[in-house]
Amino acid sequence: MVKARYDLAFELYPYARSADQDAVVRHPVVIVGGGPVGLALALDLGLKGQPVVVLDDSEGAGQGSRAICFAKRTLEIANRLGAGEAVLAKGVVWKQGRVFHGSEEVYSFDLQPEPGHRCPAFVNLQQPWFEKFLVDAIRRAQGAGAPIEIRGRNAVTGVADVDGAVRVDVDTPDGAYALEAEWLVACDGARSPLRDMRGLSFEGRVFEDNFLIADVKMTADFPPERWFWFQPPFEGAGQSALLHKQPDDIWRIDFQLGWDIDRKAELDEARVRARVDAMLGKGVDYELDWTSIYTFQCRRMERFRDGRVLFAGDSAHQVSPFGARGANSGVQDAENLAWKLDAVLRGQAPETLLDSYDEERRAAADENILNSTRATDFLTPKTEASRTFRDAVLALAGRHAFARPLINSGRLSVPCIYDGLSLTGADALGGPAATRPGAPCMDAPLAEGFLLDRLTGGFTLLGIDALLPEVPGIDARLALDTRRDDPTGLLRARYLGDAPGAVYLIRPDQHVVARWPRAEAAKVSAALDLALGRSACA
Amino acid sequence: MRLILDPNIPDPDGFYDELLAAHAGLSDAESAALNARLVLVLANHVGDRAVLREAFSAAQASGATPAVDPSA
Repeated sequence: MVKARYDLAFELYPYARSADQDAVVRHPVVIVGGGPVGLALALDLGLKGQPVVVLDDSEGAGQGSRAICFAKRTLEIANRLGAGEAVLAKGVVWKQGRVFHGSEEVYSFDLQPEPGHRCPAFVNLQQPWFEKFLVDAIRRAQGAGAPIEIRGRNAVTGVADVDGAVRVDVDTPDGAYALEAEWLVACDGARSPLRDMRGLSFEGRVFEDNFLIADVKMTADFPPERWFWFQPPFEGAGQSALLHKQPDDIWRIDFQLGWDIDRKAELDEARVRARVDAMLGKGVDYELDWTSIYTFQCRRMERFRDGRVLFAGDSAHQVSPFGARGANSGVQDAENLAWKLDAVLRGQAPETLLDSYDEERRAAADENILNSTRATDFLTPKTEASRTFRDAVLALAGRHAFARPLINSGRLSVPCIYDGLSLTGADALGGPAATRPGAPCMDAPLAEGFLLDRLTGGFTLLGIDALLPEVPGIDARLALDTRRDDPTGLLRARYLGDAPGAVYLIRPDQHVVARWPRAEAAKVSAALDLALGRSACA
Repeated sequence: MRLILDPNIPDPDGFYDELLAAHAGLSDAESAALNARLVLVLANHVGDRAVLREAFSAAQASGATPAVDPSA
């Protein structure tokens, strides 16, 4: 019998008995976990027409803000999946930030958005809303025929390899049943039961800490800014503190408490209130909407693929919260895996293509762990010397602009560029670095709409002021003419540089495979083979 | 540009005086903090990462601890 593990913010997929519970059925893809990663993957696969079943042990989105910051790449993915508008409409965009050291304000900053992108650098939004918007998009896709199924109160209790599939044992309110998955994807979170069931380790513990999280509802006037304290002056506040605006008059507060704490005592309401009172000052009325203690470690699995089982999101890698690299990198895992699973299931690519998922997303995880470790080293100096330098940076930053870029309270998640990895082709153009092979395409305004909204049809051959050859296996072709399509000049700046024209081969996840100054069918064809894992070199 | 390791400071005695004067009256912790700020200010002035790496190496190589047992 499955028990609810946590209180729901939204009931999204109530338990309903499935016909599968009467006989063992084999599915192409089964996803375990209906969080942001599992839902994004299910939606992506379903929109490609791939049948997919999501198993989740609860019936919706759990309470509390948890992931709160969705970065540009995630918003672009959500747009491609048809969930972006709701996220952008609900999310909070903030620009003003303040950094404090003790009771002193070190400096404040105003983030000016880079022009020519449909999406902002990030929005703040509570995780349950993000999950709800994905499920809403899944419901719309289902209405249009996408073969996606979400089964609530389906808890996985065991897995076993069988011939050509993985057998999955599931517990439900109506008892146990089993189903089979040609491919099983574990999106079941940092404590991933599937990882344990497969006997896989989770290596590289780098950093340990506890964060007390309080979602505080304030209807009083309080600025929509991000405030970050190093060594906050409030009693018992810990090493750092963060105040971040979210929708619906909610402010999220994170107190970094250190490793050896009494979790139960710290969650006592009076104690939480004492901390929040000290931070917000006297006379600020608020309600405690949700509190939790969050523990993290920086680590990842040795491999994200274990035969027919793939790991994505927190189940595969965990980082500190600084820089919002958890949910954001997980959604990128999902997008990386979706088209590869689709290509393998359609017989367009060998199963070994899935090893490139492991290769690319492990590189991304290492990059995130590196960034996150650097931020934690700045936030929590480990030695006297590192504290001295940290404090020196903070002391200088008030007066001298040069020291401000050294302040590291987390570097916002940006997508990994797959430089030099197996699926990345050649740069025969030598164009702008930001759009080199391996990079995700950068958005640019067109005469109507934005570039990324036009790169949604699978493998796309993009020509800018260049002729496009006929290449078998290419799903979509987009021919742009800068005289007609580039009103701001940003398309040229981002994709041509000094070149008179260019042809780009772009993957279904909008990463660049290769680019050339002019179209040559044989080279495009070879690059397509490379990107689908059908050849060793292009 | 390469890291300059030949004499480059005019009036070396005067410079050394000013360096010590900046630390005058400071506790060990205050001196360490001042040095840290000084390193950051100077490093930013240099800017060139390759030169800075050379500077780290030069400083590290010269700081090798002599094999002397203080209790002996």
